[in-house]
Amino acid sequence: MKILFTAKGTTWDDQMDPRFGRADYLLVFDEKGEELTVVDNREQSEQEHGAGPRTAQKVVDVKPDVVITGNGPGGNASRALEAATLEMYVGAGGMSIKEAYEAFKAGKLAKA
Amino acid sequence: MKEIVVLSGKGGTGKTSLTASFALLAGSSAVIADCDVDASDMHLLLAPEVEQEEMFYSGKEAVIDSDACISCNRCLEVCHFDAVETDGTLYEINPVNCEGCSYCERVCPVDAITMKPSLAGDWYVSKIRSGARMVHARLGIGAENSGKLVARVKNEAKDIASRDSKALVLVDGSPGIGCPVVSSLSGADYIVIVTEPTVSGLHDLKRLRELIVKFRLPSGCIINKADLNTGYCDEIVKFLEHEEMDMLGTLPYDERITAAMVQGKSILEEPYSDSETAGKIREIWKKIQFKFGLNGE
Amino acid sequence: MKTIAIASGKGGTGKTTLSTNLSALWAEKRHVTLLDLDVEEPNSGLFLNGTLVKQEIIEKFIPVWNPDVCQLCGKCQEVCEFNAVMKLGTDIMVFPELCHGCYACSDLCPNSALPMAARPMGELSHYRIGKLDFIEGRLAVGEEQAVPAIKKVKEYQKQELPDADLVIMDSPPGTSCPVIEAVKDVDFVILITEPTPFGLHDLKLAVETVRGLEKEMAVVINRDGIGDDGVESYCLEEGIRIPARIPQDRGMAKTYSKGKLIYPSHPAMKEELIRLIDFLEAL
Repeated sequence: MKILFTAKGTTWDDQMDPRFGRADYLLVFDEKGEELTVVDNREQSEQEHGAGPRTAQKVVDVKPDVVITGNGPGGNASRALEAATLEMYVGAGGMSIKEAYEAFKAGKLAKA
Repeated sequence: MKEIVVLSGKGGTGKTSLTASFALLAGSSAVIADCDVDASDMHLLLAPEVEQEEMFYSGKEAVIDSDACISCNRCLEVCHFDAVETDGTLYEINPVNCEGCSYCERVCPVDAITMKPSLAGDWYVSKIRSGARMVHARLGIGAENSGKLVARVKNEAKDIASRDSKALVLVDGSPGIGCPVVSSLSGADYIVIVTEPTVSGLHDLKRLRELIVKFRLPSGCIINKADLNTGYCDEIVKFLEHEEMDMLGTLPYDERITAAMVQGKSILEEPYSDSETAGKIREIWKKIQFKFGLNGE
Repeated sequence: MKTIAIASGKGGTGKTTLSTNLSALWAEKRHVTLLDLDVEEPNSGLFLNGTLVKQEIIEKFIPVWNPDVCQLCGKCQEVCEFNAVMKLGTDIMVFPELCHGCYACSDLCPNSALPMAARPMGELSHYRIGKLDFIEGRLAVGEEQAVPAIKKVKEYQKQELPDADLVIMDSPPGTSCPVIEAVKDVDFVILITEPTPFGLHDLKLAVETVRGLEKEMAVVINRDGIGDDGVESYCLEEGIRIPARIPQDRGMAKTYSKGKLIYPSHPAMKEELIRLIDFLEAL
């Protein structure tokens, strides 16, 4: 399974970013190869409008099976994500990436 | 870290004066963000000492190189914002009307048009007289208040709060319901609405409430100048109950708030600090603090 | 024809109070057209009760995707400066709130797959009370751009009331682009403010804005007496005339709070309005 996290940093010990559209980084964990890749999303915080859809586009390109985030995407981003088949889990704001992954595996995160 | 945003819908209800008072009560446990960037006034009460000043670019502006221009009129034909002006030979862009869509730049057959970044204003980080830091801005005349500058001010304030381990970001929001307000709202934990018991006040409160509901944010209301019209005061209280919004308190129509402003002070300070109004403001702040487990000073 | 904008830097200084009372009083003598261009919070209608003449949806034009002819080339996303059109997988998505209506994606699409279509963004209402025609623009909650709605109200007046010889425009507060849109074509600007530090600070911004547009202006002081003489001194220094000073009066504030016009029951207000009307008639 491929899992995408909205993150404030680039490693497992860094904090989750509760935001979607303006999340600093998108961390992608491929459970198969046990690889963690980083997509730098910081340019989005500069956007006047449309940060949500732009980030959603990056997410769609990565083709994850699951997205884990904090607050959940706003209206525009939600619409944009309809183009992809993925499951979104929210409520991981305030956790580290590692903690968020473990919470997801343990079924503790809410499905959006 | 909690984020509290103060809004009003209608202008002139006392939002900025109250936010400044709350800022003084919060002391150095808060970072202040003045997001009322189109005519921001909070600095007149908080005496900021600017530590950092940055220019702010937002969007683009078209510029025509008159030497390269062949007067083909293509730019004028495609512009939907009446931004291309000509006397027949000389073509110029009116920066007031230009929305930076780049359509003209794309169609110019001789590449005589370039898009340059548009300087929209400036933002500042200052220290205010409570010892706290304040991020504020000045939007340029005629600039598009798209919410981007508001977002920048808020994000900077949040970064400072994070870096300095401050418990609260207190935001003076914009009037109205347009995108600067939406930008002020995003990421807030709580919205405080300052209103007045008038037909206009209630009308604008309802419109603002409609906007807040879309974002599913908890909110509370302060009725300022409450003794101006008890009938409308009651109507507002009923509206708040119906909408499940908190009733944070009422304040009388007190000319001392203005008298204090004239002296560059808040009503919490001498010689007004013992007034009933000052006491009520402190009570309201205590309520808000208690709600969020903030300690302040 | 005379067009006069009533504007201010700061919100809550009395634009609507002045626009409505001025228009209603002036309309006792001659025909007046009042436009409420504060489309985010249009309040003039709360004080004027007229008969509805016409109501129209205000529309903006945005692109609508036609998947049948689209080749997914992505040109639309490439030319959009506002992130309002995006290619997501095999779909083209349009985000209407972000669209500025520049037509670039629509016109430049090689397959005409994004024709422009009308979409509601607000409402225009036209009322008549005696010799006063009152037209209000109201932005729908959630719509973010005021400028197209303001343009529409102005256009409506030019089309439906082309013989209007006196048009008063209640502008939005501030100095950003909705205000510019409201004020840019008028003959004269009245800036209303309160005599306090906030009022003075924002008045200076408003004066700078109006000067930038090369418009003639004058200042009206509202709630005269509540603060200091900063505004008076500033206007004197700058050579800006002050044709009227509405006094601070709790009774007037109470009348206002009820949604009533002030001058019928407050002679002091009527006096100042007459002074202002004489000043404006003489221009």
